[in-house]
Formats: sequence, C-alpha cells, structure tokens
Amino acid sequence: MSIPLSWYLVLSAALFSIGLFGVLARKNAVAILLGIELMLNAVNINLVAFWRYGSTASLAGQVFAIIVFAVAAAEVAVGLALIISVYRRRTTVIADELDLLKW
Amino acid sequence: MTPDQFIFLLCAALIIASAIMVVTSKNLVHSALWLVATLFGVAILYALLQAAFLALVQVVVYIGAIAILFIFAVMLTRRELRDKGPQLNQNWGLSAVMAVFTFGGLFYILSSWSGFSAKAVEIPVGTDPLRMLGYALVSPDAYVLPFEVASILLLAALVGAVYIATASKK
Repeated sequence: MSIPLSWYLVLSAALFSIGLFGVLARKNAVAILLGIELMLNAVNINLVAFWRYGSTASLAGQVFAIIVFAVAAAEVAVGLALIISVYRRRTTVIADELDLLKW
Repeated sequence: MTPDQFIFLLCAALIIASAIMVVTSKNLVHSALWLVATLFGVAILYALLQAAFLALVQVVVYIGAIAILFIFAVMLTRRELRDKGPQLNQNWGLSAVMAVFTFGGLFYILSSWSGFSAKAVEIPVGTDPLRMLGYALVSPDAYVLPFEVASILLLAALVGAVYIATASKK
C-alpha cells in the first residue's frame, strides 16, 4: 500500500468537479442525473479511502458508503420516474423547457 | 513506481477520461455507456483499497442496475433530432469556471490539511474486514438501525417510482 491518501482525495475532487459541471451545463434532465451519479461516486471514493487510511477496525466509512449506494439507487429510480412522467405530459426532457412553475 | 501506484494511475486516467466523456458526449446513450466505464474504474479503486464487498456491490448495483436504468430512461425519452443540437446550455462557460474553482478550492483546503499525505497501515493479520463489515451491518450495537432505515427508504422509493411512472388512466 504505497499510495498516499492525497492521490485518492485529488482524484475524487476532480471527479466531483466534473460531475458538478455536468449538472450545471447539460440541457437534458437525464444527463443532469448522470452528473449527480458522478458526484455521488466521488463522495464514495472519499469515504472508502478515509476508512482505509484511518482506523480499519471502525467500519463507519464502509457502512456509510453502502448507505450512499442505497440512496443513489432510490434517487435514480424516483428521478427517472419523474423524468418519464414529465416526458409523457410535456414530450420534452430539456430542463430549460420545463418552466411551468416559472412565472 | 510500485505496481500499486501504476494501477492507481491507469485507473485514475480511465475514471477522469470517461467522466469527461459522460458530461460532454452528444449522444446520451454514449454518455450512459461512458458512465459504466467510470463506475468500473471506481470499482477497481475499491479493490485497491481492500474493500472487496464494495467493489462487488459497485459492479452489481451501479453497473448492473443503475447504469442500465439510465439506458432505458434515455430510450424511453428520446425524440428525433434531439441528439443533433448543442447538448450544453448557454451557461456552460460559467459552469466550467465554477467546476474549476470548486476543484481548486477543494485542492487548497485538502493540501493545507495535516493528514493529506498519510500512508495506509497494513490491515492486521487475523482480522477480516469483510467479516467485520457483515457483523457490523446486523449487530444491534453497530449499524443495524441505519441498515433497516436504508431498506425502508428503498421500499418507499420503489413504491413512489412505480406510482409516479404509471400512466394516468384519464
């Protein structure tokens, strides 16, 4: 194990920033969810790296990563259901065109 | 450079390159497939970090379920000509600046932290992290409550997703 912790942290910061760019810049609502997935993965890399480089006897990092998996699955299921429902009513998934609530 | 570091750098290059393709690819199906590559790279990282269970769950749940769900959603919401035009909104320049500043800020905060270049200690011989994780998830004095709450959350999400996505009869 000759990899310093900093490598994991920098990689996860970069992955998070790329995900943030995807969320802010993409037009398509499905692509925005893809960006959110990248950000969640960056968080998970951090959690597991801190578990490995901290005390491995305390499993909080791994358990938290599993909870994040469950939350990500729930978030994607509900998010994609919402997008499909919106698509049925408005026949678009472009986030800019979904301005029904904008006055 | 040790083999560990070499594997890590290869894996990091795979993750970053495919993540950039996820957010810039014009075709959304390609984006979803690049997401699979990113997730696979992250699974390799978990294996490098000796979190075997998480590496497996990453492949089964993330690649097997979530990424496939994305591909289905793209196919269900696709319309002609939507892949042709620009896929980025007019604020993409500002978004890129913000992403770069987020990375810079995170890097600055992390590099001023004392534990930044910590080295991992070997996992003591005789302790099996996988077995410990299994016990921790079901032990009442560890994490059984968060574990059960996560299952209730999944059930609620399942019911909610079915309810929302069902076509109304009107």
